[in-house]
Amino acid sequence: MSGSSNIVAMKKIVQQLRFEANINRVKVSQAAAELQQFCIQNALQDPMLTGVSSSTNPFRTQKVCSFL
Amino acid sequence: RDACAEPHQLSKGETIHTLKTESETLKAKLEEERAKLHDVELHQVAEKIEALGQFVMKTRRTLKGHGNKVLCMDWCRDKRRIVSSSQDGKVIVWDAYTTNKEHAVTMPCTWVMACAYAPSGCAVACGGLDNKCSVYPLSLDKNENLAAKKKSVAMHTNYLSSCSFTNSDMQILTSSGDGTCALWDVESGQLLQSFHGHSADVLSLNLAPSETGNTFVSGGCDKKANVWDMRSGQNVQSFETHESDINCVKYYPSGDAFATGSDDATCRLYDLRADREVAIYSKESIIFGASSVDFSLSGRLLFAGYNDYTINVWDVLKGTRVAILFGHENRVSTVRVSPDGTAFCSGSWDSTLRIWA
Repeated sequence: MSGSSNIVAMKKIVQQLRFEANINRVKVSQAAAELQQFCIQNALQDPMLTGVSSSTNPFRTQKVCSFL
Repeated sequence: RDACAEPHQLSKGETIHTLKTESETLKAKLEEERAKLHDVELHQVAEKIEALGQFVMKTRRTLKGHGNKVLCMDWCRDKRRIVSSSQDGKVIVWDAYTTNKEHAVTMPCTWVMACAYAPSGCAVACGGLDNKCSVYPLSLDKNENLAAKKKSVAMHTNYLSSCSFTNSDMQILTSSGDGTCALWDVESGQLLQSFHGHSADVLSLNLAPSETGNTFVSGGCDKKANVWDMRSGQNVQSFETHESDINCVKYYPSGDAFATGSDDATCRLYDLRADREVAIYSKESIIFGASSVDFSLSGRLLFAGYNDYTINVWDVLKGTRVAILFGHENRVSTVRVSPDGTAFCSGSWDSTLRIWA
């Protein structure tokens, strides 16, 4: 409503934008390569990729056979 | 220079008009800088890696006990206990291996939208329409009345949407319908830092993996995802490409990126070093909002729960869907991978939780 509070709000927006404009950025090709590298390096430790067998996954209970 | 000046002090020659012009110029500059670095798409970089094999996951446990919609859940670091909260006001701690309920608390409000397990495993935090975040120490004595030891920690002026302990039981980070996030000291209830910048309800927050330092990301109804410095309260990066509310934000395990789930029926990946969106996970056939997302341990898989009752599993690098999981009979409201990555838990408006492995 008042002129001065509009100016305060606007100044905050401009200060935030100045801050964001100044950050360092890398190319997507580099960033993407690093995201992919992380996945590859950790793939063997990811049970959902390696497939955890019934004997080691506590949620996959082994089927119990009963002989009649 | 000027970035440090008090906002109510105008520099020489500044008027509302010059500030508006500068704001437009800076926004255009940001777009230009980001576009210059957009030399390739993530899925193009990922073309050379092997496709994932057939993906099979089934419901291994169903946790029944809530009387109404499950709104939130969190895993204990022991990889077997879970806390969940519901519209019916109840917060339940379960042993996910046996499906036994270990503790139950009735909150004084309905719509308990947020709950979190303390790192020690000795307490849980929760809140919702009461506008607060409260901490309940978990007693070994199952007959003990948990509500008696309740500690009110956070106070917002609108609903609590999300809460998370930091690396210890001593501090909690909260997000609220009042448009702010806040960091609190659990013992004293003191507000340590507040985070202002969203222009509407904040719906979700997630702390960066501890190795990457003191930041967190938040998302909300202003369609923005903001990254914050926890110590200074500064909004360090902001992303606005979604077309509707962001319901959930989650860091990629390396801490260099984060994923979002939105009412615009897409999930997206934002890279922090490239400072831009680098992937969209969507299909023409998916028209309902994504409520919750989480990554597998390596970051290769993204699990997303939707308002059409399904869970879609995405190949994060290639951008393709690898599986669609059916089972819930109403909206999926929350999805979280277990701490050791062997399973994930989903919570739904059908009042159940399911463990998938």
